[in-house]
Amino acid sequence: MARITAGVGCSHVPAIGVAMDQGITDQPYWVPVFDGFEKSREWMKAQKADVIFLVYNDHCTVFDASYIPTFALGCAADFAPADEGWGPRPVPLVKNHQVFASHIAQSLILDEFDITVMNEMEVDHGLTVPLSVMFGDKGVDDEWPCLVIPLCVNVVQYPPPTGNRCYNLGKAVRRAVESFDEDLNVVIFGTGGMSHQLQYKRAGLINAEWDKQFLDRLTSDPVALSQTPHVEYLREAGSEGVEMVMWHVMRGALDDEVEEVHRHYHVPASNTAVGHIILENVNDQGLKS
Amino acid sequence: MALEKDYEDIPGTFVFDADRSREGYQLNQFCISLRLQVNRDAFNADEDGYLDNYPMTAEQRRAVLDRDWNRLLELGGNIYYTSKLAANDGINFQQLAGLMTGMGNEAYRAMMVAGGRSPDGNRYQHEWDKEGES
Repeated sequence: MARITAGVGCSHVPAIGVAMDQGITDQPYWVPVFDGFEKSREWMKAQKADVIFLVYNDHCTVFDASYIPTFALGCAADFAPADEGWGPRPVPLVKNHQVFASHIAQSLILDEFDITVMNEMEVDHGLTVPLSVMFGDKGVDDEWPCLVIPLCVNVVQYPPPTGNRCYNLGKAVRRAVESFDEDLNVVIFGTGGMSHQLQYKRAGLINAEWDKQFLDRLTSDPVALSQTPHVEYLREAGSEGVEMVMWHVMRGALDDEVEEVHRHYHVPASNTAVGHIILENVNDQGLKS
Repeated sequence: MALEKDYEDIPGTFVFDADRSREGYQLNQFCISLRLQVNRDAFNADEDGYLDNYPMTAEQRRAVLDRDWNRLLELGGNIYYTSKLAANDGINFQQLAGLMTGMGNEAYRAMMVAGGRSPDGNRYQHEWDKEGES
């Protein structure tokens, strides 16, 4: 049986990818950003994940304004890094577990989550930056150490799905995973955030206090946290901070009882507060090698 | 009954809802086309001619040609789209924020390094009105 053993919350700031791609992570500006991921990379290696279920958003790269699926599940064989306007990131092709992805798609729809099935899709920094920070530098000729199933969530055109919907989708993803026969260790990523506003005259908004309560409550109070109204994200965490609803998918897929094994928070990376957390299901901690 | 827009009183912010998306559709479709090199080349060779492919309003077209970044947002543009036009011009997200806030790149970058713009005094429009800003 496949099972989800742990969850990762992680910002996906494009400038973090640029810093890695340009080899400037040792510059004083970037050192505190990347220091916080050193332990994460060791953890990721030890975790020996077979599959990452990666919840992210597209930034008007692959999805233009002509169609806006709220939840789109990647069912293609692989996903190429997209050109976002400055050339594709020089990172490996992202490979899917296609049979598993199809199984999850069917299971979710029968579980009344009417997702969009993507049989062809490129992926932008929203998906590749979390892989880069968790696995370290990988070139185009390398391979990511595990397979990736992407779930793309609309957070660009308001309204994104509610936190409650995302949390419950996480529970449905877990049911889908656990009904798949192959013995697979799955880690789920919720990405985006934390507080940031990229646009107009209030650009640059950062709310470290709000971000901290969000990180704290992922462990202590996840159900109430998932009820946070959109307007609170917009007002308190910036107009682009609302993408944190995607972290609730990750949290919903875990046990009620989790242990926070790592946290990292730093301001800034470009316009954004970098937030990162690793949560393990307490009951699965003895199962790892 | 219309859905309540409980986010309209956030200062200095556009929430890209369905009304804005409808208004900005052609503008945003133009912007996203620039993510491909072949289209960037065509646009850079003949901006006016390329824009004829997208039946946007005269105001939107003017804002594109003028690179009037805030005007683009006021006319239904979304930052993830307009950033494609900025990228074409060699302007990254942080530099774009320096332009939109009127702070300039250096001052904006310094504000971010110092912890960013505080939410205090920046949550509600009336807080800005009091300061004489709009």
